[in-house]
Amino acid sequence: MPRPLDARALAALAANPGCRRRALLDGAGVDKGALAEALGSPSAAFGQSQFAIARGNTFESRVKSDGGTELLRLLHEHTGGEAPKDAAVPDLAAAGPEGRAARTALALREATAAGGWTLLDHPMLALEVAGSPAYLEPDAVVVAPDGRWTVVEIKSFPMIDAAADPSKVGAAARQAAVYVLALERVAGLLGDTPGPADRVAHSVLLVCPKDFSNLPTASLVDVRKQLSVTRRQLARLTRIEEIADALAPGASFALDRPAPELTETVESVPAAYAPECLAACELAFHCRDRARAVDAVTALGRGLRAELGGLGGLGGLGGLGGLTSVGAVLDAARGRAGDPSDPAVAALRRAAALRAEALEGAAAGGAVCR
Amino acid sequence: MSLIATLARLEAVETGRAAPLATVRHRHLSERPLVLVPLTTSGEAGAPLGALVGTDREAPRLLVVPQPRDRELRFAFLAELADAVLPHLDAYADEVEAAERNETDPETGKKVKVEVELCADAPQIVVPGRAAIDFVRLLGRSMRFRRTAEQDPDTPHPAPPRVPLLGRWLTHYGERARVPGSALLLAATDLLGRHWATGQSSLEDQHLGALLAWIDPPEGASGAEAALRAELARDGDGQLLCPPAGPATDPAFDNKLLAPAIDRYDRARQALYAAQDGEAADARLGDLTRAEQEIRRLVGEQLRPTWEAVWQSLDLLRELPGAPRTADRWTRDRWSFTAHRDRVRAGEPPQPRRDDAVTAAAKLASRETAQAQLEAQEALDDPLVMAGRRLAGEAFAGEVVDVVMAWSESKRPSPRPLVTVRTDDAPHLAERAKVFRSLDGKPQSAEFVGYQADGALVLRLLDKMGRSKDPAPGSVPEKGDRVCWTLFEHDQRGGPRLPDPEATPWTHGGPPGTDAEHPDPLTPEDLL
Repeated sequence: MPRPLDARALAALAANPGCRRRALLDGAGVDKGALAEALGSPSAAFGQSQFAIARGNTFESRVKSDGGTELLRLLHEHTGGEAPKDAAVPDLAAAGPEGRAARTALALREATAAGGWTLLDHPMLALEVAGSPAYLEPDAVVVAPDGRWTVVEIKSFPMIDAAADPSKVGAAARQAAVYVLALERVAGLLGDTPGPADRVAHSVLLVCPKDFSNLPTASLVDVRKQLSVTRRQLARLTRIEEIADALAPGASFALDRPAPELTETVESVPAAYAPECLAACELAFHCRDRARAVDAVTALGRGLRAELGGLGGLGGLGGLGGLTSVGAVLDAARGRAGDPSDPAVAALRRAAALRAEALEGAAAGGAVCR
Repeated sequence: MSLIATLARLEAVETGRAAPLATVRHRHLSERPLVLVPLTTSGEAGAPLGALVGTDREAPRLLVVPQPRDRELRFAFLAELADAVLPHLDAYADEVEAAERNETDPETGKKVKVEVELCADAPQIVVPGRAAIDFVRLLGRSMRFRRTAEQDPDTPHPAPPRVPLLGRWLTHYGERARVPGSALLLAATDLLGRHWATGQSSLEDQHLGALLAWIDPPEGASGAEAALRAELARDGDGQLLCPPAGPATDPAFDNKLLAPAIDRYDRARQALYAAQDGEAADARLGDLTRAEQEIRRLVGEQLRPTWEAVWQSLDLLRELPGAPRTADRWTRDRWSFTAHRDRVRAGEPPQPRRDDAVTAAAKLASRETAQAQLEAQEALDDPLVMAGRRLAGEAFAGEVVDVVMAWSESKRPSPRPLVTVRTDDAPHLAERAKVFRSLDGKPQSAEFVGYQADGALVLRLLDKMGRSKDPAPGSVPEKGDRVCWTLFEHDQRGGPRLPDPEATPWTHGGPPGTDAEHPDPLTPEDLL
């Protein structure tokens, strides 16, 4: 049973665009958590506390209660225009995701034609990703009397004194950008004027609890940057076939295959592991094990890799291009390998000598120099 | 991160054990720090679940909120926290020494010296990690605008008496923690990460258990293995063997252990309210107490390993000799503590929700100064840090190969000796660049004159040689001396003075309003 792509997965892909492994597995709809378990490495299970889930659900229903009056008031406060009253809340229920997506597209067209306020509660949007449809479900989409569609994200982290945790806002913005993209596609299909880019607002409404209360407050978040990143990323995803071509014929990620075979197949697709993956990918611990097993400096973080890569400057071809393993860098630093005329190697040796001198001086008691 | 620190990380990978990043301890550690390990309820802002707090490693005080959604229980927790923290702060407030401060006389506009009190020592709070510092800030924000029944008899849900005061202090500590090099509120992960490099990324270093495992692995295990175990190992029940240092709890703990225990507590409480007669009530009170004890046990078990880890971190750090210049920074922390004590005693209102333009600019400027100061002081205190600056071309060390006496060309000639230094370092020296060295703890400056044919540097000494024609003994380096010069100044001074808040220009919003901050509005229920 393939696992459909959701907005979270699409947003995560945009965070590490260089990872072919993730692109392929996500594109093929592989359950990476189950795959990690089948490979015998711990799955970075992003379990959620039931307290957090319960709070999120209660807050969302509270925001949308009473026909979305409060929600529309918040949006109107930020966008202006005609005061909201008697908003329509169409019923979007239908059989299956395809049915719901069709129902949503219809409701969007009717609402735009009607020229009033309309709240679409949990609409379903379809987006073509790597040749197969992904179904996305934003918290809400509001159609304003002027015909603009705005994505609404309802989150349960607080906005304290009108400021929220930037990392959480960033994650919400990346997720919302995927919805905007899907909405633009619907607008494109409707084919009327104005074009999709003008029909769909590029600022989304982020609704959060205010301070320490359960009252909602909102802020418009500009997602143009996230939108272009996601768009570019999704365009790249179409090249999954190329990645797949590199696989051995008959390769499969079926979870019932023996672990060594499965590992071999997974390893045949290159990954771009960075410690940031630990918070975003179920397979991260597997990739980290591999990166550590081959002694890769990337396992120590992008900053450190950049530091080493930036060495050598003009003289070194690509800096420490050949020195991607911990052992190789240390060998070069200790004079066991490498060409001393290479500026990268020279810098490493200088650093190692200074470090050794300082540590010896401290061990002998007293500073080296005053 | 300098290349030297990068090498330390790589060495740690190779040996499976953390490598030193410093040869001395760069933060002041109090004799009697207050350790605070807080836990929060997942998904709720400002709803603490529990905490271990105290100054005695063997006898921490366990505070638990059995039902975090109940406002009364949360207030009870905060009152207890105030009980545990405020006496510790008060104990330092009255032991003072006399000090002088420069102030501008409002009438004459002249600088005058004013006799003021300076607290002889300040209370230090240590928490497990950066997330806990953020939580201290959040707790401070959630408490400082609360009103007590004494302040406002009509307030619908009055806070216990000392809670707003604790909020102001925690806010002050949380703000102070943003100042580089300050030590009033410290995170154990920051402390360890400053002094040791592990063989994992700095992101993974945020896990206190894993970080400690690299630095001080248990007998017979490598740091790498122990860190992996601290990160991931779970028992048969699916619970982490090394619970996260918080304040967030592990979802598996929430779902499998805590949620059922809270349900039992809720049921026992309902049953108690529904009791018909005294005998039944007694029995149900027993049930309720047992349910509460169970939650206390669970929360305590989550907190205890982190409590131990924080103390173990402090032990490890105490093994390092203290850097001399930490005392200077600690004095600044004492000033900060004293100033806030004075504001509280003068009855000033709590810190505003947002700083006005002048306050914000002043804070930023002082943090920038503190950052530059910290970088200079750490390098002067620690040859390993200085090595990094030397590698970066911001300092150089070498041997004095020649000293030639020379004098300035004024009516009263002052000594301006020329010192030739041979060094392997490659400092980025511009013509007539100023360089500094530490002479008995004071900076002596010199001017770069030029290179000799063999690459040796010639410097002209400029000051700290006394008033007479001949330099004071010991003030000029001699041939054969090892000296270390820096291109950065040793004492960092702040930028130009900022205007008074009343004189804030209109471009920056004009003078701040005089309206007192309103308390947070209260809703009948404030949690979801």
